[in-house]
Amino acid sequence: MANTYQAIATVTVGSGGVGTIDFTSIPQTYTDLVLKLSSRTTLVTSVASSVFFSFNSSTSNFNNITFYGSGTSASTFNEARNAGSQNSGGSTSGIFANINIMICGYTTSNNKAYLAEASVENNATEAYIYGNASTWTDSAAITSITLTPNAGSFAEYSTATLYGIKNTV
Amino acid sequence: MSETLTKIVINCETGEQQVLPLTVEEIAQREADAAAFAVAEAERIAAAEAAAAAKASGIAKLLALGLTEAEANALVK
Repeated sequence: MANTYQAIATVTVGSGGVGTIDFTSIPQTYTDLVLKLSSRTTLVTSVASSVFFSFNSSTSNFNNITFYGSGTSASTFNEARNAGSQNSGGSTSGIFANINIMICGYTTSNNKAYLAEASVENNATEAYIYGNASTWTDSAAITSITLTPNAGSFAEYSTATLYGIKNTV
Repeated sequence: MSETLTKIVINCETGEQQVLPLTVEEIAQREADAAAFAVAEAERIAAAEAAAAAKASGIAKLLALGLTEAEANALVK
C-alpha cells in the first residue's frame, strides 16, 4: 500500500490550446507514477476523441487492450498508446474528460505495466468510459511522458498533473 | 495560413515550463497516430454494425419460428 503520494509537476493549458504536453526529467526517486488529466480537445467534429501517450519519445513495444462502453454498447479494441478518449468540441461546452494513468515500477529495467481509465462525461445522452491495461516492454526507465490528442489541440484550461508514489516514507 | 502546433514542455526537476513549436517528426507522429485511429475507429464501427445486424437477424429468425418478441429478445440479449 502506497504511503506517499506527491505532486511532481502540474500544467494548465493556456489560451489557444497546445498540441502536446511533455513531462521531462522525471525524478527516478519514486516507485510508481500517476498522471491525472482533465482535458478536452479543440476538434469540433465529434463528442470524443483519443489521447495518445508515449514514454521517452518511444512509440514501440507498447502492448495493450482497451475496453469501452458507450451506454448503448460495450466492446474492446487494441490500439497501442491509446489512453482512452477525452471530450471533443462536439461535446457539451465546458465539460472536461477525466483520465488517470497509473504506471507501475517506472524505473525498473523490466517491463512496465500501466493502467489507464478515461471517462467522457457530456451531460447528454452520448458519453463514454474506457479502461486500458497495458505493458511497455522496454528496459529503459521512464524519464519522460508525452500526451497528444488524436486530433486538434488540448483546449484551454485542460490540466495535467504528474504524481509520484513511494512504497516507503 | 496554417496553425502552428505547439507543445508545453514541463521539466519535472526544475519546474520550468516552455511552449515550443512541434518538430517535423512530432507532427508526422501525430498524423500517423490519427491515421491509425481512423482505421481502428472504422473497424470498431464495422464490428458494432455487424453485431447489431446479426442480432436483428437472429431475432427475426426466432420470431419466424413462433417465439414472441419478448422471448426472442431474451434469448439474444
